[in-house]
Amino acid sequence: MNEKKVSLTIDGRQVSVPAESTIMQAAESIGIHIPRLCYHSRLSVAGACRICVVEVEGMKNYVPSCCTQVSEGMMVRTNTADLLRTRRDIIELLLDNHPQDCQTCSRNGDCELQSLAEQFGIRERIFEGEKKHFPADYSSLSIVRDPDKCILCGKCVRVCSEIQGVNALSFSHRGFRTNVGPAFDLPAAESVCINCGQCTLFCPTGALTEQDDTEKVWQALNDPDKIVVVQIAPAVRVAIGEPFGYPPGTDLTGQTVAALRRLGFDRVFDTQFSADLTIMEEAHELIHRLSHNGKLPMFTSCSPGWIKFCEHFHPEFLENLSTCKSPQQMMGAIIKTYYAEKQKIDPSVIYSVSIMPCTAKKFEANRPEMRSSGFQDVDAVLTTRELARMIKKIGLKFSELPGEEFDDPLGESTGAATIFGVTGGVLEAALRTAYELVTGDQLLSLDFHQVRGFEGIREAEIALAGKKIRVAVCHGLSNTHRLLTEIKTGQRTYHFVEIMTCPGGCLGGGGQPRPPEKTEPMDRSYYEKRAAGIYAIDSKKVIRQSHKNPQIKKIYAEFLEKPLGARSHHLLHTRYQVRSPRGFTSVREDIFNL
Amino acid sequence: MVKKQQVLEKENCSLSLLAEFMEQTRPLHDARSLLMATLHRTQELFGYIPRQAVELISEKLSIPAAHIYGMITFYNYFSLQPRPLYQIHVCKGTACYVSGGARVLERLKQELKLEVGQVTEDGLFGLNVTRCLGCCGLSPVMQINENVYVRVVPEKIPEIIAFWRKKKEKKATQKVGAFEYPGKSGYDKRGKKG
Repeated sequence: MNEKKVSLTIDGRQVSVPAESTIMQAAESIGIHIPRLCYHSRLSVAGACRICVVEVEGMKNYVPSCCTQVSEGMMVRTNTADLLRTRRDIIELLLDNHPQDCQTCSRNGDCELQSLAEQFGIRERIFEGEKKHFPADYSSLSIVRDPDKCILCGKCVRVCSEIQGVNALSFSHRGFRTNVGPAFDLPAAESVCINCGQCTLFCPTGALTEQDDTEKVWQALNDPDKIVVVQIAPAVRVAIGEPFGYPPGTDLTGQTVAALRRLGFDRVFDTQFSADLTIMEEAHELIHRLSHNGKLPMFTSCSPGWIKFCEHFHPEFLENLSTCKSPQQMMGAIIKTYYAEKQKIDPSVIYSVSIMPCTAKKFEANRPEMRSSGFQDVDAVLTTRELARMIKKIGLKFSELPGEEFDDPLGESTGAATIFGVTGGVLEAALRTAYELVTGDQLLSLDFHQVRGFEGIREAEIALAGKKIRVAVCHGLSNTHRLLTEIKTGQRTYHFVEIMTCPGGCLGGGGQPRPPEKTEPMDRSYYEKRAAGIYAIDSKKVIRQSHKNPQIKKIYAEFLEKPLGARSHHLLHTRYQVRSPRGFTSVREDIFNL
Repeated sequence: MVKKQQVLEKENCSLSLLAEFMEQTRPLHDARSLLMATLHRTQELFGYIPRQAVELISEKLSIPAAHIYGMITFYNYFSLQPRPLYQIHVCKGTACYVSGGARVLERLKQELKLEVGQVTEDGLFGLNVTRCLGCCGLSPVMQINENVYVRVVPEKIPEIIAFWRKKKEKKATQKVGAFEYPGKSGYDKRGKKG
């Protein structure tokens, strides 16, 4: 590759970069971080916020470095006194049309706009003027949108469109009345929004945040009549440390269990137990579909954003979805039936909380069909960010907490369940079990490396008792949209496909901690560390296959009888529905690889 | 009830015309570049852009409804509410007001049984107030669509309205189906070829 290179000078330093680079990229290559709000390296360039302006010799005006291409001999300065003043003015102008409520904002201390204002030393507001005022949208169970805090950078619009292919959000109206929202300015609950929450990771202000359910949980924890039970998802344990200064991927399972007990939860269970249960049901369902001419390919159903996407955008594939509930919902149903029965607890006094890396789980828990225990199976869902806030609130320090064990019997899990937290994991876990169920042989190696990694769509062929099984892993819904479209046209054929809504899988979920300053959301190296943390937990486990989990064997012997049996059908399986409004979107030009 | 039924029939007819338009033009253009022309066609056919039409366009062109909504709200030409066939703007700028613009407005309200900002039930006339049309020397001034009326006296109002009403009747006889199908925009010509 003889890429054409261009040489230019930035702040007196010579740099040589590919000819199509922008000034911002050139500066980045020599370690100069130009401040920005609307730019993200994986999204199209908007040039909306103008904070990244730089001085280029010979040009009349300052130019935005994110969308100005380099040219030979260019002389760029990024930090003159006048530039700094200009940037400060631009930030001040943004602040002028922004509520002055940092102290009471949910992004307080974790806000890009706030930290830029701090960085530029803004101490007064000199451009006081009229402020926009739009009603906030609390209709969604997962995401709150407060347009008054929006600075119109458009990152949410682009991530929703380019990465997720959902296009629930768009700019509407014009000038001072410009707003970001769903079609027809409808409430989010009536839009095609699938609640993935990626917009809440990308939003640089408090305009898009998760629906905060911590207050509900505090109330329950303080109610002496309630037994508050909590479950935590695999991807939470490798990310919960980040807001407390731990590097991504640090395994804090034991400390999180301890923290949850300190918060007052009566029982601490592991969603990984029900992930093992999911694998038992899902692997059997796959084998059943394969041997009984069932609808193929079968799609995994653990990711609630994907489920809603399928219901809005591809209802013709609803029969292809595995009928298995997600691990969260299986656990919810088991706690209020099996566990309650075993412990002789009245299920009506159980308050079931789950800690998820996901905003869509909040919606899932509230689906009317998720009441098979006779009660709402899961009462409240908290994201990793909300749990971190609760832990901070009572002043717990992870470094001072001992590692504690989950409660029995719903705390026992295998390595197969851990990898649910990373893209490809559910498929790998299902294969680890399905292979042995079908062939009766022992697997020599439990690591299916061909389905690991961060490529947007990965394929593999697995020999299963003389049959070739074609499997695929897909993450990010724009990739999913392509995959489904190509399955429809016959360009792709599979038997089993794992689909995760968020890029990276659950570890990149919309409810995960936001990265620290100067690190972009959805940063690949960041996600790789979380993934490494998950695979490390898996490889350390003695039992790494769901069907070998002793507690799983026990629950089938004592309660569920057999996979796909009548009781599991009632408690662990669900149904789907066509959802209105129908969503339509075009296919992204290329596959999105993390 | 009858009226509602008629409106519904008209809209269904327009929807099928819109679908036809997209089928004709779709093979010739990229969906994104077709959107603007399609919205123009919709505005022409319905007099506004109803939600059903947005849903249809979204499906046929695979363009998300949210983005279409963004486009509609960006341009003044497009309207999400039915627009009258004849939009009346009465000037209430200083000069017109002094020379009797308010009386003109009062008479219009009486004749059309309308308040400012409303549209008559038959969708023919809409009444609006504007600030200045730039010909204060000829006040009071009013405008119906692109036609400017100068030195208006309230007594002339019934005549003017009758004129436009008659015009509509004449037009109706030249129509194809319920709505005018002008055929003058380049799109359907090209579409027919394809």
